[in-house]
Amino acid sequence: MSPQPPIIVENLQGGYNGIPVIHGCDMEIAQGEIVVIMGGSGSGKSTFLKHLIGLKEPMQGDVKLFGQSLYQASVYKRMDLLKGIGVAFQSGALMSSMTIAENVALPLREHTDLDEELIQVITRMKLDFVNLLGKDDLLPSELSGGMLKRAAVARAIALDPKLTFMDEPSAGLDPVIAAALDDLIIQLKESLGMSVVVVTHELESAFKIADRIVVLDRGYIIFSGTPDEIKKSDNTRIQNLINRVPEEDEFDAELYAQRLMGQ
Amino acid sequence: MSDPSCLFNLLKTLYTLRNIVQPFWFNYYFYVILQTTNYTEFFDLNQITNRISQTGQSTINAVTAIGYASILIWDSLLLLFMGKRVNQPVRFGLIVDEIINAGVKAVPVVALMSATIGVMLSIQGIHTLSIFGAETQVTFGLAISIPREFAPLITGILVAGRSGSQLTSRVGSMQLNGEIDALTVMGIAPARYVVAPSLIGLLVSLPVLVVIGNLAAFSAAGLYIHATLGIGPDAYWADVLDVVTIDDFLHGIMKSFIFAILLAMIAISLGMRVYGGAEVLGKSTTQSVVTCIAAIIAADTVFALLL
Ligand SMILES: Nc1ncnc2c1ncn2[C@@H]1O[C@H](COP(=O)(O)OP(=O)(O)OP(=O)(O)O)[C@@H](O)[C@H]1O
Ligand SMILES: [Mg+2]
Repeated sequence: MSPQPPIIVENLQGGYNGIPVIHGCDMEIAQGEIVVIMGGSGSGKSTFLKHLIGLKEPMQGDVKLFGQSLYQASVYKRMDLLKGIGVAFQSGALMSSMTIAENVALPLREHTDLDEELIQVITRMKLDFVNLLGKDDLLPSELSGGMLKRAAVARAIALDPKLTFMDEPSAGLDPVIAAALDDLIIQLKESLGMSVVVVTHELESAFKIADRIVVLDRGYIIFSGTPDEIKKSDNTRIQNLINRVPEEDEFDAELYAQRLMGQ
Repeated sequence: MSDPSCLFNLLKTLYTLRNIVQPFWFNYYFYVILQTTNYTEFFDLNQITNRISQTGQSTINAVTAIGYASILIWDSLLLLFMGKRVNQPVRFGLIVDEIINAGVKAVPVVALMSATIGVMLSIQGIHTLSIFGAETQVTFGLAISIPREFAPLITGILVAGRSGSQLTSRVGSMQLNGEIDALTVMGIAPARYVVAPSLIGLLVSLPVLVVIGNLAAFSAAGLYIHATLGIGPDAYWADVLDVVTIDDFLHGIMKSFIFAILLAMIAISLGMRVYGGAEVLGKSTTQSVVTCIAAIIAADTVFALLL
């Protein structure tokens, strides 16, 4: 374990147009740890992730990557810091004008002085890692949803980052491919010592890969612990989440009528 | 008639007229109009403050847009010169791509349109001058108007139509698709990867296209004049070179640099500000072409007034 945690989140508050969505979140991730962020729809997971990867200035608090503040740094310093992480976006966000191989090679071309031959070898290695070798010359629009996600993972790990973020990597995939992706994430940790932050809704996958599960609820981190600990938790909202029990707010007929009227 | 109180006075007058004339349709229509027109709102203080604050809001929006576009262009110029120092070098290959896109591929249409304008100007010139029996002076008219006005303007407008829309839709779809965010997170500043190459591409292409436009316009005009007036190419070009000053020529080139910056600013920043979905992208693309052309014509006028 390296002494320097790859990411520390300190008292993070963030949101849109001055309205906070994330409230005072603290989180720290160790090297080689897989952390799964869970929470109901609209609980702020994507927003939280945006703050972690430098896309959204927080309203308060800070994010430290490899011991250096992400948001107190100048713009270009921040970009240098971001070169040390990999992000696989939910929708892939691959460059649509480039082939899969060019997409994976992009960070290598932009951030290293490696010669072309080596870049191509590394690119093929990464594509092989996600089982996409042979699809090199296809455009993103020519891939299936599952292939897109895997290509995004290949691009995220192109530079062998110490920390990788994945937003809903297995959402919408068939169970077999989703399981393969889980194995891939575990492999990243075990063979490369990578830390991985995964946002997911899939409980099964979360329990399989997570060293630690962080539960976000209405913008607050209400739980952080191992899969075993979460099963034993006596918080009803957490139990509802992991047992797939629908939210039960008390039914108020008048309030309901008002809401339907749009008031 | 845009003044609401004026409209209201008219309504009032017509309403009193009703009592005198009173055909049934008149009655009916004014009943409807007065029912549907909330005329008290003309004097409503809220309405007035709303209108003022709306004007204020759109002014703020416009200033924000211009500020945003300026920062974008400024950043990309900075990165062009100092990119290496902050690990954000602008790639030569991307610039070449943009020059091909915005410049080389625009050569045929710019040449053709400029040639057409050249012929059109000669036809007009000969027609007008023939009133005074001075057709042979047509060259002077051309030599003054083509390099200063027509070549840069027609080139600017054509490039605005081609590259302006292309840039906005490309950058806008990158924004919608999350590619801009992805670039940022990969540590690749969009200002150097997307903005700078396009800006430089335009800054290089436009002046060259203006030179090509000049040549095409003068050549086509020369051919037409040769055909109609029988003035030979030697005499024609001697006349042209005699009248066109370096100043006129540079005036046109200078303008094309300004046009290039305006084009890049407007087209790219509109693309960057696309959000939501495909519909917004379509609207932005249209808005981009219209704004680019308007800006070019406005800048051209300012240039003509000042210099
Ligand atoms: N661009 C935006 N502008 C304003 N508010 C937003 C924006 N994006 C999200 N929100 C709000 O922030 C809150 C959290 O949204 P977020 O997308 O982070 O949820 P999530 O946990 O990722 O949900 P899901 O699991 O459905 O993806 C929601 O209330 C949402 O309405
Ligand atoms: Mg989300």
